[in-house]
Amino acid sequence: MKMIINVPETVVADALRGMAAAHPELTVDVENRVIVRRDAPVAGKVALISGGGSGHEPLHGGFVGPGMLSAACPGEVFTSPVPDQMVRAAAAVDSGAGVLFIVKNYTGDVLNFDMAAELAEDEGIQVAKVLVNDDVAVTDSLYTAGRRGTGATLFVEKIAGAAADEGQPLERVEAIARQVNENSRSFGVALSACTTPAKGSPTFDLPAGELELGVGIHGEPGRERRPMMTSREIADFSVHAILDDMSPRNPVLVLVNGMGATPLLELYGFNAEVQRVLADRGVAVARTLVGNYVTSLDMAGASVTLCQVDEDLLRLWDAPVRTPGLRWGV
Amino acid sequence: MLDADFFRRWMTATAASVDREAERLTDLDSPIGDADHGSNLQRGFTAVTATLEKEAPGTPGGVLTLAGRQLISTVGGASGPLYGTLLRRTGKALGDATEVSAEQLTEALRAGVEAVMTLGGAATGDKTMIDTLVPAVDALGTGFAAARTAAEQGALSTTPLQARKGRASYLGERSIGHQDPGATSAALLIAALAEAAGE
Repeated sequence: MKMIINVPETVVADALRGMAAAHPELTVDVENRVIVRRDAPVAGKVALISGGGSGHEPLHGGFVGPGMLSAACPGEVFTSPVPDQMVRAAAAVDSGAGVLFIVKNYTGDVLNFDMAAELAEDEGIQVAKVLVNDDVAVTDSLYTAGRRGTGATLFVEKIAGAAADEGQPLERVEAIARQVNENSRSFGVALSACTTPAKGSPTFDLPAGELELGVGIHGEPGRERRPMMTSREIADFSVHAILDDMSPRNPVLVLVNGMGATPLLELYGFNAEVQRVLADRGVAVARTLVGNYVTSLDMAGASVTLCQVDEDLLRLWDAPVRTPGLRWGV
Repeated sequence: MLDADFFRRWMTATAASVDREAERLTDLDSPIGDADHGSNLQRGFTAVTATLEKEAPGTPGGVLTLAGRQLISTVGGASGPLYGTLLRRTGKALGDATEVSAEQLTEALRAGVEAVMTLGGAATGDKTMIDTLVPAVDALGTGFAAARTAAEQGALSTTPLQARKGRASYLGERSIGHQDPGATSAALLIAALAEAAGE
């Protein structure tokens, strides 16, 4: 497998150095692995901190900036960050109004953020946590680690970030983040496995003529494998899987997300099919975002996330945001 | 009696063994996890030995508590908090004694394993490190070599199981037939304990 890297051990640090050079509006602590918006702490405002394994760029570092995250903690590739990173981030961004940890439901992320919350509270920082678990592909939650956090993370970070920017208090920002997660569902498909720099070969074996339905963002397999399907068939399967689990009464935000190696030509074509299924099912679409936002290194594939929004959530979604990975209204 | 030096030897032997076996651990983690168990533990135990060289706690409890804290600070993922908690809680249970008996170590390790079970919510049969650690602690009463054998058998026993915890759980039935990487690294930890005891 060819990659533009030096050695696997420095992949994350090298990326952070490059990110610092490209984005002077961020403070990037390469050694301690914390990305902070340069104007933090913002007086009187709740700070949002997220993090997780690297390899999902622009998640999360690419979503740091006004209107979204205050700080991000990137871990090793596909490995959650350590508590020291979150505690350091919390100390850097807390203005006294408290911090909200946005945590994707993976055992490692949950355990490390839990430990970090305890340590930060010991230092007098008020901490709230929200767990993102939107992946409907995980059917048997009783016998697994529970639903995974995937595309809805972007919705939670954006909408809660806008609420924090308005100066809403911690318990309100937390409640909004929780509401966004509860209103969101995702489903992903993979056409190929991804390759981690440390391993150098695909992490699982997916034969050329097959796709994996219900895949996670680390290539964790999902529901089943099938012979390759058309864009139309994949959209039917994915959107139906989501709508089997939710019945939106309000309009939805749509995220058609690329896993890293699927070009926009395919993603836009896939979005056309997703919109067709939604129209057929009578689901109104408020806004649509198409692109690579929650990726899995070089995996080919896509995911769909729907988030049901009322007027308040839609207003917060539309609020200005200025980050490397998401930017509008400014 | 076991002194601080014994516990440093245990950690050093674990680090050396994780170094040797890192690639195998990562390979085991590849079909059912995300192919980083070996490199993550390697990073953690390298940091543990470096820290123990710099600071040399004078008590068994001090050595394990420091090692556990170092793992939590460097490993990440689920392994960091789980292995970190195992060593930290075992170390705390040993208290301030400058020397401890094998029986005291067994009881402390049992407390450590229970803390890991509480933290991770895993029980025996879930295809995790618990499947190695529980039989190993039970066997430790009859000696270090017996613990190593029980740990190795415990790790092997995970192969036919279906995972219910961590990322492997998403594979469902497809996790069957693969030995659990966490159970395997836990067997390395126990084997290093026997090695430190010269068995």
